[in-house]
Amino acid sequence: MDAYVVDGLTRRHGTVLANDRISLRVAAGEVFGLLGPNGAGKSTLVRQLVALIRPDAGRIALRGRALERRTVGRWVGYLPQGDGALADVPVALALTTTARLRGLGRSAARGTRDELIHELGLAAVADRPLGLLSGGQRRLAAFATVLAGERPVLVLDEPTTGLDPVARRSVWSALSRRRREQGATVVLVTHNVLEAETVLDRVAVLDRGRVIACDTPGALKAAVSSDVRLDLVWRHAPPMDEPVVARLAADAVVDGQRWSLRMPTEQARTALGQLTSGAAYAALDDFTLATPSLEDVYLALGGRARDLEHGG
Amino acid sequence: MIVTMSTSVSSAGAVPVGVAVDGTPVDSTGPVDAAIGGCRPGLLAATVAVFGQQLARARVARVPVLFVAAFQSVGILLLLRGVVDTSNALSKQQVVAGATVLVVAFVCLNLLAQRLGGLRHDGSLDYYAALDVPGAAVVLGAAGSYAAFTVPGSIVTAFGGAALYDLPMSRLWVLVLVLPLAAASLAGLGALLGLLAPKPELATIAGQLGMSAVIFLNLIPAHRMPEAIRWLRAITPSTYAADALAASFDSRVDWGSIWVDLLVCVAVSVVALGLAGALFRRQVAR
Repeated sequence: MDAYVVDGLTRRHGTVLANDRISLRVAAGEVFGLLGPNGAGKSTLVRQLVALIRPDAGRIALRGRALERRTVGRWVGYLPQGDGALADVPVALALTTTARLRGLGRSAARGTRDELIHELGLAAVADRPLGLLSGGQRRLAAFATVLAGERPVLVLDEPTTGLDPVARRSVWSALSRRRREQGATVVLVTHNVLEAETVLDRVAVLDRGRVIACDTPGALKAAVSSDVRLDLVWRHAPPMDEPVVARLAADAVVDGQRWSLRMPTEQARTALGQLTSGAAYAALDDFTLATPSLEDVYLALGGRARDLEHGG
Repeated sequence: MIVTMSTSVSSAGAVPVGVAVDGTPVDSTGPVDAAIGGCRPGLLAATVAVFGQQLARARVARVPVLFVAAFQSVGILLLLRGVVDTSNALSKQQVVAGATVLVVAFVCLNLLAQRLGGLRHDGSLDYYAALDVPGAAVVLGAAGSYAAFTVPGSIVTAFGGAALYDLPMSRLWVLVLVLPLAAASLAGLGALLGLLAPKPELATIAGQLGMSAVIFLNLIPAHRMPEAIRWLRAITPSTYAADALAASFDSRVDWGSIWVDLLVCVAVSVVALGLAGALFRRQVAR
């Protein structure tokens, strides 16, 4: 059974078309990602998935039934971007009370609290209010509240934003454990390319309210696999009188001293050979030749924003 | 306790889920039923959980809140001591009762309206809306936590005011009834303002206007007011809590009128809290 079936979902915010006829399926037990830059409509989509806003048009089915605002909380654990309601609440109390709000009895809620504090390494901050924690610890604590009280579907709006690599891995491993042991379905919003490539089973790439691609990360990358990415970093102004430099300049996406190009493998190899053997080499500070990432998929499919993250 | 049992299957196998007939969940490990989903908290359990969370908020701000709430009312009492005709028993009773209810209005009406207005505006109430928590539990839990923080200030004001204005304290036990009912009715109105205001600034302004209404209509002795203002006073919910407390200072207490005043407070509380609870989900999820 599909965890979610979204069909023709459209939602406007004033004059802005935040979601434009979005259709997708999330299979039960799948880790499904929504990747896109800021303003792509990811949060609007997930807020509709948990019935916090109504679509202007289109339908959402949760586990085979039309999504109902009244019962969605029994199926779905939701991590919003903000955690203001819990900002003044100590971490341990936030976990116990959230578990109680998901219907657990007192001792079960306390047990869940202790397990989560141990699992996510929150012991040192358990007695401190979320609002007084560092950004990463605060996000990790908010993530922990989503796991307080088992739900078969987890909808997470940027769960790893601001996390250090260790905490990020804790989140991934907690999610993977729940999928393995409970068959949990995860819908995860991210604008981190590395996260999308390493933890997602399938990913929908969003741009300006539309799904521009939806498949496994591998299949999406294979779709643009004839190309590789050549990144050049110039020490100082690139020598435009060099023919190879002038030729590359025409296609490069320039960001300060950094040039980024997509091209067929053979062409990239030739260009790199000319660059490293010619006079341009003296002006070159660094270069990388890489197979396509999901960001390349996004750009190849017409995505325009440039604020996808790469960090892990 | 009568417990209904159903069986659900999780990865750990078949686990019984228990829900008492009053809606309170009995201890369970919270597995998910294949047909109805996870457990839903009963109203009482959910209210207590929200109360605990919101109390943590009040705990962070307790010193300034308690100081301002008590200081403001005691300060007004001291100021009015030189203005009010202290030979008139009715004036003294109304000033002390009005100042006591003002503490409640400051916290339950003004601060709660601000708090809920702010939480709603920045999307923080999504946390509750997405949890399948009854709206009434959120409103009652938040109202209860703010009501708890009126207790020290209002007791200090009532007893301090009685001492300052030479009023009898022997019947101040009525505070046990007046304070919760004043808090419930004003918190209900505060919650409504916070949830209904289209912008958080408007919730703040509305809360402050409500508090000003308490100052002008309940602190200033009613018999000195023009007829039109007295009508306005009659439709202000805080009036009934203030009048009930004022009447308890009287040498010949009219218990009948006190009970009627308290019943009005009960009615306002039920309507305002009920309405706020019913509107919660609609106002948060758009």
